[in-house]
Amino acid sequence: MGKTLAEKILGSRAGRDVQAGEFVIPTVDFAYAHDGTGPLTVQQMKAMGLEKIKDPARSAIFLDHASPSPRLEHSNDHKLLRAFCKRTGAILSDIGGGILHNVVSEKYAKPGDVIVGADSHSCTQGALGAFATGMGSTDVAVAMAFGYTWMRVPESFQVVLKGNLAKGVYTKDFILYFIGMIGANGATYKALEFLGPGTKNLSVAARATIANMAVECGAKAGLFPADEQTKLFLQEHEREKDYQELAPDPDATYERKFEFDLSRIEPVVACPPFVDKVKPIREVGEVKVHQVFIGTCTNGRLEDLHCAAQILKGRRVHPETRLIVALSSRKVYLDAMRDGTLQTLIEAGGIVAGPGCGPCVGVHEGVLADGEICVGTQNRNFEGRMGNPRGFIYLASPATAAATAIAGQLSDPREFL
Amino acid sequence: MTIRGRAWKLGDGITTDHISPGRFFHLRSNLPELAKHCFADVKPEFAASVKAGDIVVGGQNFGLGSSREHAPIILKLTGVGAVLAKSYARIFFRNAINSGLPTLIIDTDQIREGDELELNLATGQVKDLTTGVEMIAPPLPPVMRTIIGDGGLVEHIKKHGGLKLDG
Repeated sequence: MGKTLAEKILGSRAGRDVQAGEFVIPTVDFAYAHDGTGPLTVQQMKAMGLEKIKDPARSAIFLDHASPSPRLEHSNDHKLLRAFCKRTGAILSDIGGGILHNVVSEKYAKPGDVIVGADSHSCTQGALGAFATGMGSTDVAVAMAFGYTWMRVPESFQVVLKGNLAKGVYTKDFILYFIGMIGANGATYKALEFLGPGTKNLSVAARATIANMAVECGAKAGLFPADEQTKLFLQEHEREKDYQELAPDPDATYERKFEFDLSRIEPVVACPPFVDKVKPIREVGEVKVHQVFIGTCTNGRLEDLHCAAQILKGRRVHPETRLIVALSSRKVYLDAMRDGTLQTLIEAGGIVAGPGCGPCVGVHEGVLADGEICVGTQNRNFEGRMGNPRGFIYLASPATAAATAIAGQLSDPREFL
Repeated sequence: MTIRGRAWKLGDGITTDHISPGRFFHLRSNLPELAKHCFADVKPEFAASVKAGDIVVGGQNFGLGSSREHAPIILKLTGVGAVLAKSYARIFFRNAINSGLPTLIIDTDQIREGDELELNLATGQVKDLTTGVEMIAPPLPPVMRTIIGDGGLVEHIKKHGGLKLDG
């Protein structure tokens, strides 16, 4: 019987033939946590009486959520986590290294891997054909200590993509549109498998925006096949040896099937305070915007910065709007510096913060004031997300964010290209 | 095991940011302190007046958002005996099992704020003692029952020295 990507990967790591609905104990290829969830991972390992990590080279802690530390509490968490890594040999990605999911994609994730992260957006590595999913701190502690976890093999939804995105429209617009259509719990527990001719022209970076947000409609994983795009990404990151082709069987069983023509997608936003309140920009009306934020694990890659810089080049950010840019990794920071992208963003009036998650989770560098409106490229717009329950967040593509920064109000990027 | 307490009614789409607001991120290593801010923006009176055994009653997709296990753990720390909701976000549900916080799936429309509820965790029976309404929640899969039965994932690992989830 044909296998979905989820069944293939989980079966290979469980060492037997598996089908959706079965409970399995797969080996874990990579387990990680960050400075928000890591201290609890350390605490729970201790509570379980576990001291050693099964394979330190496959376990990592990222100091990215409060990075550099804005408060003594975070500083003490960082101290604890650095000591944990020193004691156990786990990989430490210290401040400035970048956002966990992006660094794991760049350096560690391989097609066919099972990856668990103590962060809901760990599904990002599905862009590389890895079965990656978010879990709690205790689950990740077990994965680090024993090198395995338990899972129920999920049923899968097949999402066939056809055609190509029009100019000024990005995978962020597609995934927001999809979530708006299916709802914030429309794919709860399922694996989303994005297939079809429309995926061929999507880079791993573009795929990562989709995979990252799979959890926003409740999914356990968002998966792409491993193909030429995956190979290209691994080559660019000097990891060609990590490539293996991976695709679902043609006769795999899917619980639901969807088909989309990407050429019909238009720029959209998710309106506050839910990710599934999605509307085309033209239907939202006039929205004065105080802050624009470009970055995060969803859209802080070089490709995203290029979209924004293309619009911002030679223009100025609106005097009543501020533009904050925070990149996804040190590599992206360096690449964007070398190719002049950072200069373009700064000359336009933006501020470039270090790689990290701060503004997105409301920790620092961009906490909203009462009544303020932000248009951001992150994945969540929940009440209080950017540190203030009286702030309002619209989610959009980097191009929409850049156009909005110039106009000072929510704007369609196609008018600026 | 029976749990009895008052219902704290919340609506659909309660996020982990509602349970544990992002602006208290710096308290995440200090769970008892974090628990004082549970539901700070949607039920500001909750943390100060919740009593042991009280029951949180949500709607659809309870616990969506972050993977922070802190959310179910602080619910337990405030004394909450169980969560009832029509449906849950996957990660919250798993974290609640791991934390030993009972989470039952039932139609919560008929439960009102402040109703006295009684749950039988062995049978999944939920009684609203105020209105007389009775419901049964579907049983958890055996793997989850094993973990809950051991008192959560930490206790499970301590007891078995690894995952022992057969049957």
